[in-house]
Amino acid sequence: MSTTTTNQSGAGAPGRRKAPAGERVADWADGRLGIYSLAKANMRKIFPDHWSFMLGEVCLYSFVIIILTGVYLTLFFHPSMNEVVYHGSYVPMQGMHMSEAFKSTLDISFDVRGGLLIRQIHHWAALIFLAGMFVHMMRVFFTGAFRKPREVNWLFGFLLFVLGMFTGFTGYSLPDDLLSGTGVRFMEGAILSVPIIGTYISMFLFGGEFPGSDFVPRFFSIHVLLLPGIMLGLLVAHLILVIYHKHTQFPGPGRTNKNVVGLPLMPVYMAKAGGFFFLVFGIIAAIAAIASINPIWAIGPYRPDQVSTGAQPDWYMGFAEGLIRVMPGWEINLWGHTLVLGVFIPLVIFPLVLGAIAVWPFIESWVTGDKREHHLLDRPRNAPTRTAFGAAWIAAYFVMLVGGGNDLWATHFHLSINAITWFVRIGFFVIPVLTFIATRRICMGLQRRDKDKVLHGRESGIIKRLPHGEFVEVHEPLSQEQLHTLTAHQQPQPLELEPEYDENGVARKAGAGQRLKVKLSKGFYGEGTQIPKATREEYEEITSGHGHH
Amino acid sequence: MKKLSARRRHPLAAVVVLLFALAVTGGLYAAFAPADTAKADETAQSLAIEEGKKLYSVGCASCHGTGGQGTTDGPSLVGVGAAAVDFQVGTGRMPLQQQGAQAPRKKSIYTQAERDQLAAYIASLGAGPAVPTKDQYSPDGADIAKGGELFRTNCAQCHNFTGKGGALSNGKYAPDLTDVNPKHIYEAMQTGPQNMPSFPDTTMSEKNKKDIIAYLDTVNSSKSESPGGLELGGLGPVSEGLFAWIFGLGALIAVAIWVAAHTAKAKKS
Amino acid sequence: MSSQDIPEENLPSTQDAHGGAVTKTAGDPFADPGLPPHEPRIQDVDERAAQRSERVVAFLFLLSMLATVGFIASYVSLPVDKSIYVFPIGHISALNFALGMTLAVALFCIGAGAVHWARTLMSDVEVADERHAIAAEPDVKAKVMADFKQGAEESAFGRRKLIRNTMFGALALVPLSGVMLLRDLGPLPGTKLRKTAWSEGKMLINQNTLQPLRPEDIQVGSLTFAMPEGMKEEDHDFQQEIAKAALMIIRLQPENIKDKRELDWSADGIVAFSKICTHVGCPISLYEQQTHHVLCPCHQSTFDLSDGGRVIFGPAGHALPQLRIKVNDKGYLEAMGDFAEPVGPAYWERG
Repeated sequence: MSTTTTNQSGAGAPGRRKAPAGERVADWADGRLGIYSLAKANMRKIFPDHWSFMLGEVCLYSFVIIILTGVYLTLFFHPSMNEVVYHGSYVPMQGMHMSEAFKSTLDISFDVRGGLLIRQIHHWAALIFLAGMFVHMMRVFFTGAFRKPREVNWLFGFLLFVLGMFTGFTGYSLPDDLLSGTGVRFMEGAILSVPIIGTYISMFLFGGEFPGSDFVPRFFSIHVLLLPGIMLGLLVAHLILVIYHKHTQFPGPGRTNKNVVGLPLMPVYMAKAGGFFFLVFGIIAAIAAIASINPIWAIGPYRPDQVSTGAQPDWYMGFAEGLIRVMPGWEINLWGHTLVLGVFIPLVIFPLVLGAIAVWPFIESWVTGDKREHHLLDRPRNAPTRTAFGAAWIAAYFVMLVGGGNDLWATHFHLSINAITWFVRIGFFVIPVLTFIATRRICMGLQRRDKDKVLHGRESGIIKRLPHGEFVEVHEPLSQEQLHTLTAHQQPQPLELEPEYDENGVARKAGAGQRLKVKLSKGFYGEGTQIPKATREEYEEITSGHGHH
Repeated sequence: MKKLSARRRHPLAAVVVLLFALAVTGGLYAAFAPADTAKADETAQSLAIEEGKKLYSVGCASCHGTGGQGTTDGPSLVGVGAAAVDFQVGTGRMPLQQQGAQAPRKKSIYTQAERDQLAAYIASLGAGPAVPTKDQYSPDGADIAKGGELFRTNCAQCHNFTGKGGALSNGKYAPDLTDVNPKHIYEAMQTGPQNMPSFPDTTMSEKNKKDIIAYLDTVNSSKSESPGGLELGGLGPVSEGLFAWIFGLGALIAVAIWVAAHTAKAKKS
Repeated sequence: MSSQDIPEENLPSTQDAHGGAVTKTAGDPFADPGLPPHEPRIQDVDERAAQRSERVVAFLFLLSMLATVGFIASYVSLPVDKSIYVFPIGHISALNFALGMTLAVALFCIGAGAVHWARTLMSDVEVADERHAIAAEPDVKAKVMADFKQGAEESAFGRRKLIRNTMFGALALVPLSGVMLLRDLGPLPGTKLRKTAWSEGKMLINQNTLQPLRPEDIQVGSLTFAMPEGMKEEDHDFQQEIAKAALMIIRLQPENIKDKRELDWSADGIVAFSKICTHVGCPISLYEQQTHHVLCPCHQSTFDLSDGGRVIFGPAGHALPQLRIKVNDKGYLEAMGDFAEPVGPAYWERG
């Protein structure tokens, strides 16, 4: 191919310019991995700019930080419940009996240089990871980003959230301190409440009676291997689907359901997203430098006959804690067996409440019968029923968080713990309903305002006095971009039951499912659930009709 | 404001005003009344019991009865001992401002001399624990680690693992122990003020008490170390969760807004 | 950074042409006007501004380098147990604070530099990417279906039912081995949860002093914790045993005891209750000596110790078990047997 092959011996000969080293490496890799085809599709992939689209990255990066710091911690942590006597450098623990797990955590905190920092980064990042997933999930929910084709990815994300909770719980239990031991004791009590098999599961999990000497090593392998392994797999699948589906975007000029408008991965998002990793890591490191988390040396080693008031789990389990705190103590004894409803009912409600938000996309698509792909996001106000449901769910969640912290509410707001418990018991049923109603009304109010803006323009704040003495505010008409943005959403219409007799007069009976669907559809989109958006006719009539508006 | 003035003539308006006025007067009374009684006396030390009795009849007798025998408003003080008086009056819990779930700690309205006189008088009514001496409660030479273990067994269930306090039933609470005078801690363990159970020397030795005081002095005073940084109230996961949400996620979202925002354009449209 | 100092002629004139290209869709006022024209940033038109940005980015990267040097310096120079006072944080570990802050600066500055670079110096022209339907075209689907059918036929999966059924059988059975292997995770429950370390004649040992308790030690209004005689913290099964045997001891005026059995099982008004909550097993011991109520710090179950340990609030389902005690001939308190019912949380076999 090349004419220079004959001329190899000539040292200074004007041979073919050698490709730069980077290109040669890339060629090598392409020949084996096919990276050029991959890069062709993805190197200039477009990502839309919106701060809320970075929430998922907060989760991704805090997960990476957790793994990095977690690996470091395993180098020093001894997942063992063998009893030892402490003789390390923390004076108020000298001579105490404790498990090796607790002792090695003390050593990480007081003897390994930087160990305390890494421990604190790990724990803070875990709290932020869960909080980030919660907010990310809510962003996806309220903008309707879970709609076709993204339902599966929604489920992946939901599973990551649930697994994150349990990974967090098992990790929190590892140091075998008094606070986490109390949490594990609660978990044992909850398992015991399961009818028929409860005692067996408990004996198998703890290798005998609580606390035994097995749960720390067992939780350790669950915490560092099993759950993170599953999460890593789900995370990769989640990201592949994000890339495959391309990101959603908010409606706006030039943004349609068929395109995605934004900036290319190479170079802008490489710098922005790559830089964001360092920003997230930097902020979490700063928090770990400034604020103490889980100071196990102050909490003390676990002993089943000791306890501290204010025994709470980390925030993501606070919802379960609330359920268990406010439940009345029902217990049924029949035929020599005990049904511990007071513990078992919360244990069942916990996954049900979480599951309610997870199945919403499927309920919504079934009710609307909408089979189209959606890549344009809804503004929450334009889907009032969904928004109201989401707000009600959050309300229920937060009422239970209040229940989970009822003792601290009591001391810090000078209230009676019994009164708070009663408030939460009633509030769990009432507040979500009130939130639902209020949110839907607020959404409709906002829709009305949008309609008003489209038809009459933006309030300019300029007051004009007319010749006959009347004062009016000048409204500025919106630009076409704004008009388009405010009217781009679709407004689904409620389904109708098909007529009882078809055109041939043959009786046709709608099934119960169909009836329910139509009923729900009326509830979602029927009268009083949305404000019809401005039509072209209305707009033209007003804009051409009179001088001022 | 318009709405308020429109409702001036509402039939219930007078009732509301009356209730408001009552609440204000009552509140003002509660805030100032006990303070006046404090200035009642100034006496010499010699007639301590006699003077204590005088102080008692002015400040305490209305609830505890003229001879300390107790009434429906206050328990009998016979046999509570000088330590109980020194604690209750020394931490300002007594005299009580108003009936409530529990007497709060406030500034003591008596001088040390007056407290001693009161204590002497109450001790004369019946034998009870005496005010501890300095070497009984001083943390010097105590076993801090043992104190920690004793604290977690006997105290942490109400006062939290580092003595930050916690809730009890129906609005009662175990108070925060930060920077509480060791003498008062000792007296509280010995006498069991209000709903706190007592830990007499027969079940919790003097040495035990000293260890506990030494532990608290190490982990829960304003000069205690918190190696990891801000203590966040020492309340555990609730305040940590709030911090993670507000400052952690808050800062990250602020940064995300900066990352995703459009850069300023040269020409303002 | 205002736009005033940018000469007008520097602004690209292509803008008008671009803007003109956007056709006002006649008729429909709400029609999509298409992507708005790109407007240049200050850095796009003013080289001085661009150089300022460059310097800022470089400065941030430099700062990061310095912070890393600071990190290493503090790691090497600060003793691990040094405490410093930092306002308003408090008395904290010098090493943790120094390492954390330098690491934070080192990381944050890399990120801030990269983002500032992207925002001010890289192109901010918005680009549209086409989307393609996720679902396959009908001909692709037809091909897949045909391939699958062919494959299934070639395997004879549907035809040779014997193979299919035995394979399902084998696959269904093989995980059972895995389930079997879990059997030795722990022992069977048996009656373990019914028994505690208490038995007849065991003295009540004060956990503070580790001495046997005498009735005269215990005053009305006091609270004492006890464990059975012969139990030591060094024992390998101490944790399991104390998890069930922990005891709290209070003294009431006998006339204040409302429950008859409680009175019978007391010794001179001294009553001994299990310290383990009957809800989920927290050590319950928030004893209010005036009301005789005891509150659980975990889930706020409240029990009345003057009324047989009855539940008066919260999620617990049954009363606290009481231990029957007496004063022995040497004048010490001792148990008259084990608890009459299982202590701690309820479970299916409890009955």
